[in-house]
Amino acid sequence: MSASSLSVATNLVGSFTAEAFAAHLASLPPSLPAWWIARKRAAYEKFAALPLPARTDESWRFSSISTLTLDGFTLPSAAATQVPHAPIGIKKAAKLVFANGRLFSHEPLSAELAARGVIVTTLQDALVKHEALVREHLLAQPPKLGSAKFSALHEAFLVDGAFIHIPRGITVEQPIGVFSYALGATTAVFPHTLVVAGENSRATLVEYFGSGQDTEAQFAAGANDLYASHGAHLTYIGKQDWSHRALSFQSNSTVVRRDARVQSLNVHLGARQARHESLSQLQAPGAFSEMLALTVAESGQEFDQRTLQIHQAPNTKSDLLYKNALRGTAKTIFSGLIVVDPDAQKTDAYQSNRNLMLSDEAEANSLPGLEIQANDVRCTHGATSSRIDPEQEFYLQARGIAKAAADELLTFGFFEEVLNRLSADDLHEALRVLIQTKFKK
Amino acid sequence: MSQLEIKNLHVSIADKEIVKGLSLTIKGGEVHAIMGPNGTGKSTLSKAIAGHPDYTITSGEVLLDGVSILEKEADERARAGIFLAFQYPSEIPGVSIANFLRAALQARLADGEEIDASGYYKRLYAKMDLLKIDRKFTSRAVNDGFSGGEKKRCEILQMAMLEPKVALMDETDSGLDIDALRIVADGVNTMRSPELGVLLITHYQRLLDYIVPDYVHVMYDGRIVKSGDKTLAHELEAKGYDWIKKELANAKA
Repeated sequence: MSASSLSVATNLVGSFTAEAFAAHLASLPPSLPAWWIARKRAAYEKFAALPLPARTDESWRFSSISTLTLDGFTLPSAAATQVPHAPIGIKKAAKLVFANGRLFSHEPLSAELAARGVIVTTLQDALVKHEALVREHLLAQPPKLGSAKFSALHEAFLVDGAFIHIPRGITVEQPIGVFSYALGATTAVFPHTLVVAGENSRATLVEYFGSGQDTEAQFAAGANDLYASHGAHLTYIGKQDWSHRALSFQSNSTVVRRDARVQSLNVHLGARQARHESLSQLQAPGAFSEMLALTVAESGQEFDQRTLQIHQAPNTKSDLLYKNALRGTAKTIFSGLIVVDPDAQKTDAYQSNRNLMLSDEAEANSLPGLEIQANDVRCTHGATSSRIDPEQEFYLQARGIAKAAADELLTFGFFEEVLNRLSADDLHEALRVLIQTKFKK
Repeated sequence: MSQLEIKNLHVSIADKEIVKGLSLTIKGGEVHAIMGPNGTGKSTLSKAIAGHPDYTITSGEVLLDGVSILEKEADERARAGIFLAFQYPSEIPGVSIANFLRAALQARLADGEEIDASGYYKRLYAKMDLLKIDRKFTSRAVNDGFSGGEKKRCEILQMAMLEPKVALMDETDSGLDIDALRIVADGVNTMRSPELGVLLITHYQRLLDYIVPDYVHVMYDGRIVKSGDKTLAHELEAKGYDWIKKELANAKA
């Protein structure tokens, strides 16, 4: 009896054993506040107790369950000696580079921005120097989309991450860059980025996730928290380019306050199986969240995207557009829900998932949903899957463009609607180049 | 000087024979017009030569400069020098004309060779100026929401940039008002040279007032039934296609 419960317990934690957790805690700097360590302990207990997703879980519908493993991963200990060359060539206001969860290098803010109170630093540093802000916002929104176990794992094993604070009224013109690399064949990483945008501030954050080698069977459980105060405008661009053998969980939370707007664009290219959860909470009138995603899925990859737009106040707006291009035997899942609370009248919510099927073997699943408790709202949602129009393909071929290049061009045409939502041309171009690398492989 | 030879070509679509033994040779510098009533196989002929997958060539031969193109894919035929100006050009949302043409020219380079961007734009703008096309055109998505005239002008611009050996122009005049027709015809006329052979497919004689052909062929029921010079087009215009049909019926009787 006890032997069997012990073996279940082992399966529930895989490589992330109590011993590994104790070693992780011991490796953290002693300066970290006690409440944070206590939270991590509680998170580990929760992680160890929660079951793995089951086939019958509604929030894991269509997901491949048998490939979700916690075994065979290692927690990196040694500091990295080098990281790959960053593929995104745009000018940045500041940059943080993490390798295996630890700060590898950074390019500081200009003296002028630093003097105006802008903060771009590590979470470990912020936990000490900006304790109140971190405590208020770090992982403050409970996971609602099915990945409670992986979110708890993230919190328990989170080593370090990025902390960005833009004070009231400040505009940071150039994007702030955060790069997270996983290096090593079986490495597990837990990247985190926390952004607190003060009232009427403006900033753009570009986040990149990449591996040392494309063959590394890594594990990532990442999260971010975006908090946009009254009147703030925040643009977030996330580029997931993990190794094609990696297993990735990412849980993003966005809180939008009065008259604030957050635009997020997640580009998904890497991992063998990538679960991405995006939660947007529109908490006060005038709040607007634009949720965008582009995915290039190819043979051997599964992209599982779950979204939740919660309208908690009247006169709030959300606009979601997720586009997937599927090649070979790729599989995608989109499950989106719009929730309108009873007093969130005049909500304007939109949700659209579009899939471009570049092969007959690919599989795209869509589960759009609405849950409306107010009576004066405008909510639309829809999902489409379509193949490339053979007449379009012939048109391109009749100009000398071979089928593979024609498909690539048509995919970019399909993505353009999303890329055009970005106001910065250099970002638009940098993303094009990054997405192109996937077609060149 | 290049040459396209069509020899006793038979083309079927879904097992129905549409082109029933057509022969024609177009030499560089020549403009051939094919006229004929609707449903006689004119468009099928051009699409089959360009390599549309829905059309099956059941027998016959198409040679470009003595080399058969029938085993080649559509994109290979295009790179070999065949250009089809579509009657109904596809709309390609999200792909700008500049990127589209760049991809088409890139496809003509050897592996690993990159197109020279500044040289490309210089050439593109020169061609646009020649064809009196606004430069803003290049950032618009290919044919997306274009008027009939804009679509045809876009075809002509592509033809000017890709410099084919043979252009197959399928009902280029359809859907054009007289001003658009004149612009398109001017474009083709500026490109006329000993390097380019043109096959103009048209239902009406009107286009031939602007692009004066060297030869006119009448196509009926999948074959060329009458050939002549430009005066044949005028005769057709005056007498109508029934004249041809009667003549054929008499010949049979």
